[in-house]
Amino acid sequence: MKILTGNDLKTGDVTWWTGSDWSRHVEDAVDVGENFEAILHEEEAARRVNVPYAIEAEMTEDGPRPAHIKDRVRALGPTVRPDLTLKPADPEAGNWVI
Amino acid sequence: MYQYDKYDQQMVDTRVAEFRDQVERRLAGELTEDQFKPLRLMNGLYLQLHAYMLRVAIPYGTLNSKQMRMLGHIARKYDRDYGHFTTRQNIQYNWIKLEDAPDILADLASVEMHAIQTSGNCIRNISSDQYAGAAADEIADPRPWAEILRQWSSFHPEFSYLPRKFKIAVIASDDDRAAMRLHDIGIQLVHKDGELGAKFYVGGGMGRTPMIAPEIRDFVPADELISYAEACLRVYNRYGRRDNKYKARIKILVHELGKEEYTRQVEEEFAHMKTLGLNPPVEELARITQYFADPAFDTGASDDLDLSDPDFKLWVDQNTVAHKQPGYAIATISLKPKGGIPGDASSAQIDLMADLAEQYSFDEMRVTHSQNIVLPHVKKSDLYALWQKLDEADLAPANLHLITDSIACPGLDYCSLANARSIPLAQKISERFADLGRQRELGELKLKISGCINACGHHHAGHIGILGVDRKGTENYQLLLGGSAAEDTSLAKITGPGFDEDGVIDAIETVTDLYLKERQEDERFIDTYRRVGMAAFKEAIYG
Repeated sequence: MKILTGNDLKTGDVTWWTGSDWSRHVEDAVDVGENFEAILHEEEAARRVNVPYAIEAEMTEDGPRPAHIKDRVRALGPTVRPDLTLKPADPEAGNWVI
Repeated sequence: MYQYDKYDQQMVDTRVAEFRDQVERRLAGELTEDQFKPLRLMNGLYLQLHAYMLRVAIPYGTLNSKQMRMLGHIARKYDRDYGHFTTRQNIQYNWIKLEDAPDILADLASVEMHAIQTSGNCIRNISSDQYAGAAADEIADPRPWAEILRQWSSFHPEFSYLPRKFKIAVIASDDDRAAMRLHDIGIQLVHKDGELGAKFYVGGGMGRTPMIAPEIRDFVPADELISYAEACLRVYNRYGRRDNKYKARIKILVHELGKEEYTRQVEEEFAHMKTLGLNPPVEELARITQYFADPAFDTGASDDLDLSDPDFKLWVDQNTVAHKQPGYAIATISLKPKGGIPGDASSAQIDLMADLAEQYSFDEMRVTHSQNIVLPHVKKSDLYALWQKLDEADLAPANLHLITDSIACPGLDYCSLANARSIPLAQKISERFADLGRQRELGELKLKISGCINACGHHHAGHIGILGVDRKGTENYQLLLGGSAAEDTSLAKITGPGFDEDGVIDAIETVTDLYLKERQEDERFIDTYRRVGMAAFKEAIYG
């Protein structure tokens, strides 16, 4: 599957395309197939996201999991600062990245 | 400490106002990201993995307590309560909001700081010896020269769009504590027949093609130093490879032309410049130098030190060095606690370091390229009180130059260029080798970790280096041995096939065990490696 990601223009936060909006949580990402160029252009032009792009992912029981480790680190947060990730209460969250 | 004159302050304030307008136009949609990106980069604002990252220049790593407190304030107010001191003697904030960036730059300007030229193909922050002005072995204070180079290079119209970024280091002692020969230009102040001048090394660097800068001139008179640097830059600006980003650094030009031909062209340019009657800013030297006068040392300060507290003794042995002034010492605050993130400091720690500098070090601090903080002028009689306060704040690891005093780039945890994480390795190694007795038994051992080939973690210059790579989607680590960033500069070599995270730590233990077995007398790890050679270490690692 392909999902869309980018950074929020104002905050720089990592965001994921939900089909109608942008979410901070990769679990909310939807498969956009191959027809994503129009979405990228429209959303960037509307300044709802900065430098969006499509990445490969696989669907798991927990939702989409980006194929590349770099995008999994983006999705979670820095593995060396669990308190600053999106799952600060989950001590095992870093394992999802690896 | 240098203090801004009205021109310095006006330039920085004007730049803040200009960037504020540019940010507003970006947020309003008047600028696209393609248009805005070079503008934000000129102000040190990158877009990294999790957010915008702001890199703040700390000129030659020197700052006072007011500036340090401002860095803590920024961490607390605009970031996530910490900052990361870098191998370029700067600080980075990892969680900056675009809309806050102009206010941050205004706050920095209020204490004579900025983020200008911390990105882009220009002359970057000048780096220097963290012991400058305090070291017992320096022949002159390099800071006035670093400052005049900073002023010369700031907004230099001819050098704002170089083929590639450009880094200059200036030192003034035979002990190289600034990785001088791994810079685009390395300048060493020297005396010749009683006259002050500079040795020039050009074409060093790390990155994907590491090179040690060759010496191109053994003596440039001090009053011609800026002109000679300008000549070096002019030849590079004219012939540097703008067609290929990966061949655009000056090291490639010097290598391809050959040292002799590059030097010939520099000398020709230098001779031409001298006919133009240009007045380089070296005329400013007298004014600038007065800002770096020695503080009011207590000339009666005693060298006696009560070392009856064994933990304090260890810290003094490891983390302090001789000062040029009797009764004083240079103290290094290690930002490498067990399991910690090299170079990271919380806002509370930043504030404390500022307080301690104000109380014990004539209001001065230095950031080192090894990601530590130096208090350059501490009276020996104050060392115990200083150490106690550092220890309470987890700022007193007695590990300077030991294996746990590692350099690590932000790696894949933060950096969009990285292929692998480097910080977790540094953390695990600091835990594996946590026993201080074992570390001291190993002695001086420079461990340097990069998360990609760009080598921000200086892996090429590590006695032991680690390079993280992407191997079919998983992190893999290459082990390197034999590098040095000191006066015996050398480039490390890869041992062989890479390892996973635990495997590379095991391999490090294997090579340190072999070192202890093979060591003769007072040999450091690097000395034994050079004597024994790579083959024995490869055999130990791979069988």
